[in-house]
Amino acid sequence: MTVARVLDTIRRRWYVAIPVAVVVGGVLIPLVYLLLRALQADPGTLWDLVVRGRTLQLLGNTVGLTAGVLVGTSVLALPLAWLTTRTALLGRKVLTLLGVLPLAVPGYVMAYALMATTGEYGTLAQMLGLVVPRLSGYTGAWIALSLSTFPYLFLNLRTAFLGLDPSLEESARALGRGRWQVFVQVVLPQMRPAFLSGGLLVALHVLGDFGVVSLMRYDTFSYALYIQYAASYDRVYAACLALMLLILTGAVLLLEARLLKGLLFHRTESGTGRTAAQYGLGRWRWAGYAFALGVAGLSVVLPAGTVGYWMADSAASGVPWSSLGAALWDSVSASAPAAVLAALLALPVAYLGVRHPSNWTRVVERVAYLGYATPPLAFALALIVFSLGAVPFAYQTLGLLVMAYAVHFMAEAVGPVRSALYQAPPHLEEAARSLGRSPLGAFVGVTFPLVRRGLLVSMAFVFLSAMKELPLTFLLAPIGFETLALNTWSYAEEAMFGQAAPYALTIMFVSALFVGVLLLREQATERSAAAERT
Amino acid sequence: MGAIFVMSPPILSVQNLTKRFGPAAPPVVHEVSFEVEDGEIFSILGPSGCGKTTTLRCIAGFEAATEGTIAVRDQVLSGPSVHASPDTRDVGIVFQNYALFPHLTVRENVAFGLNGASEAARAQEALEMVGLDGFEGRRPQHLSGGQQQRVALARTLAPEPDLLLLDEPFSNLDALLRQETRQEVRELLKNKGMSAVFVTHNQEEALSFSDRLAVMRGGQLDQIGTPEDVYYHPRTLFVAQFLGRTNLLLSRAAGTEADTPLGRVGLNEAAEGTVLVSMRPEHLGLEAPETSDGTVGTVVGRAFKGHDITYRVCCEGSEYLVHTDNRQFYEPGDTVAVRPLEPAVVLESRSTPAEVPSGATSEPELGA
Repeated sequence: MTVARVLDTIRRRWYVAIPVAVVVGGVLIPLVYLLLRALQADPGTLWDLVVRGRTLQLLGNTVGLTAGVLVGTSVLALPLAWLTTRTALLGRKVLTLLGVLPLAVPGYVMAYALMATTGEYGTLAQMLGLVVPRLSGYTGAWIALSLSTFPYLFLNLRTAFLGLDPSLEESARALGRGRWQVFVQVVLPQMRPAFLSGGLLVALHVLGDFGVVSLMRYDTFSYALYIQYAASYDRVYAACLALMLLILTGAVLLLEARLLKGLLFHRTESGTGRTAAQYGLGRWRWAGYAFALGVAGLSVVLPAGTVGYWMADSAASGVPWSSLGAALWDSVSASAPAAVLAALLALPVAYLGVRHPSNWTRVVERVAYLGYATPPLAFALALIVFSLGAVPFAYQTLGLLVMAYAVHFMAEAVGPVRSALYQAPPHLEEAARSLGRSPLGAFVGVTFPLVRRGLLVSMAFVFLSAMKELPLTFLLAPIGFETLALNTWSYAEEAMFGQAAPYALTIMFVSALFVGVLLLREQATERSAAAERT
Repeated sequence: MGAIFVMSPPILSVQNLTKRFGPAAPPVVHEVSFEVEDGEIFSILGPSGCGKTTTLRCIAGFEAATEGTIAVRDQVLSGPSVHASPDTRDVGIVFQNYALFPHLTVRENVAFGLNGASEAARAQEALEMVGLDGFEGRRPQHLSGGQQQRVALARTLAPEPDLLLLDEPFSNLDALLRQETRQEVRELLKNKGMSAVFVTHNQEEALSFSDRLAVMRGGQLDQIGTPEDVYYHPRTLFVAQFLGRTNLLLSRAAGTEADTPLGRVGLNEAAEGTVLVSMRPEHLGLEAPETSDGTVGTVVGRAFKGHDITYRVCCEGSEYLVHTDNRQFYEPGDTVAVRPLEPAVVLESRSTPAEVPSGATSEPELGA
């Protein structure tokens, strides 16, 4: 494309050019700025900072934690997904809910719950007199992250199980393979795309995680970055750490894309719409229940119970209502505008992707995921360095925080708008145009009413996500700005479990609402898919 | 071709319309010209991907013409440096999937293109016209396919457009309903004196619905004429094949007669040398070989269809289709004589005639 054509495209599609510019600019400009700042240091210093044993150790720890959590989440998610889709267990809906509910427990709340359960002063010691060493380091981070992120994998695997064409398994059985062989040779290979996409989400969460590794004091890139920022603020070294974390994230994204390539083409049409036979399990069903309830016990009951226990402890000495109210207000005042902004950015991007699908609009849609995939701590640091250097008036303002939230969470807003737009096909707009409406009039009169619900869902997603967000808030919040997440984290960090409880409880409540919206949306999607089949 | 009655100006005039998607892309519509008279139903018939829908979308204003002009009632809507937007054209369109607004009721849908005090009354009138009064408060998704179709028609007709565009409006209806609806819509349009452009890939639909039709292929119009004219006097091989099955005869013409594999036949126009001619199956007859001077062949297949019979007859290695009435009865294996009953039609072929083997053509290919 020539420059003139690019300019012409931008002029015709100005409504997309603006959000794309905001997102690309909002993410890339600070990152490039960060890179330039790091490169300003003299090469010898840079070399010494980057090429040393410490970097290798951080890399090893980060990769090791990511790999461990991938294994941990698979062990939790695969059996649970199979149990809820392919067996005749009673109460599969409840079990499914139990597999999704951990999304209501952010990683740092899970870490807090684990820390408050174990150790000399932990719940176990106080209630049962059972003293186990306080969880920390690799083990603590591994358990907390596995328990809080496995639903991402669970949801992907579940969808894949439901979408399997039963005739493939039946053919394999007819060709003389046993049940177990069919599972290993036919079913599992078809799970690969779901493993990759779910695993990517898990890996991005681990790489971007700050709450868990800081509470568990496990030495990953994020933790080192936090130490640099909190204690000895060496700007060049912090920038180097952030850049290395970014490179690692990029490598994971590339690896996923590489592995996924070609896999999707192997899927055959599941044209029949038949669902696969379900296994009765027989006596083994008790093992199934035990597994599902065990997972739910650790991932939902444990954090809820722990927070409840310490809440009672804190209530005895008086709930700090005024600080809780102030924290809630701070959280809302940043999350609400971010939700509106993210939905407004997402609408034109989704519109373009649905109405004018082409290679380059797919690129534009990818851009929405740029902010999501960028590790928040690195992104926040880049924003700080950038705002201090280039736009000092924006440093430590609510506006910058809102912008960061919106760019980071925009990916969550695109999906619901996209599916809503599919309910408003282009012919509707054209019909309105031929009936005498202007382009804007047709959009306002026909398309907008149809996507309004989708927009509200988008806003709900972003709002609730921003309410529990920690690393961006930690680095970018204006002075004296104390959100629910910040309070939970900082009390837990000082092992003041009772003081943290009211904030953690509120967070869990907000997150439970998030899960509720998510489930409603899943149901609506399933219903409309079912309606389309008939 | 062209206007026969020059008394009033055509309602729609399309001149040298060309549409490319992208400067280097091949034209999807290439120098298409036709006119639609006031009150006329005009069809564009062609396989999928031939450019017929793009032509319609250019007339509606959804696509900008690359070259050429489109004028409604002598007012240029698309032309060099002119492009009236769809909302400013008095052109209504009915889409294949009807495009009813799902968030509005039937009445609100029909009233969408109306404004002013008489809005409600006119919407009601339009609904009565299509026989759907009593359904005003329903949502489109709660109507049957045929009812949705009529709502779409009422919505488009309510603002009384100069010209109605129909983009395969019957193809989502099942076969029985399709024929009935087609007749109703035709009567409705004729009663109102509406002019319409109708796009379809179904030759039966085009033949029975339109006053005149154009056959389109590869972005160009092969032939324009009345249904009878186009059916009985196809100008090209493509038109002959697309409008139904026919027999192709590679012949040697001399004036108004030609030597064909089925003997000497008359031609519809004078020609010289090697030509390809078309002979519809109903223009051939079967006779007993003893009493006929027709070409002798063997019956190889018979399809009894109640009111008539289609025979497949093999003559000198080629198969021909013959429609006869149901009183003529032969069995496969019988020896018969094939006799041309009407003059054959000389085809202009874009390829050399010798490349096309003589014999019956296969079923016309229906696009998507």
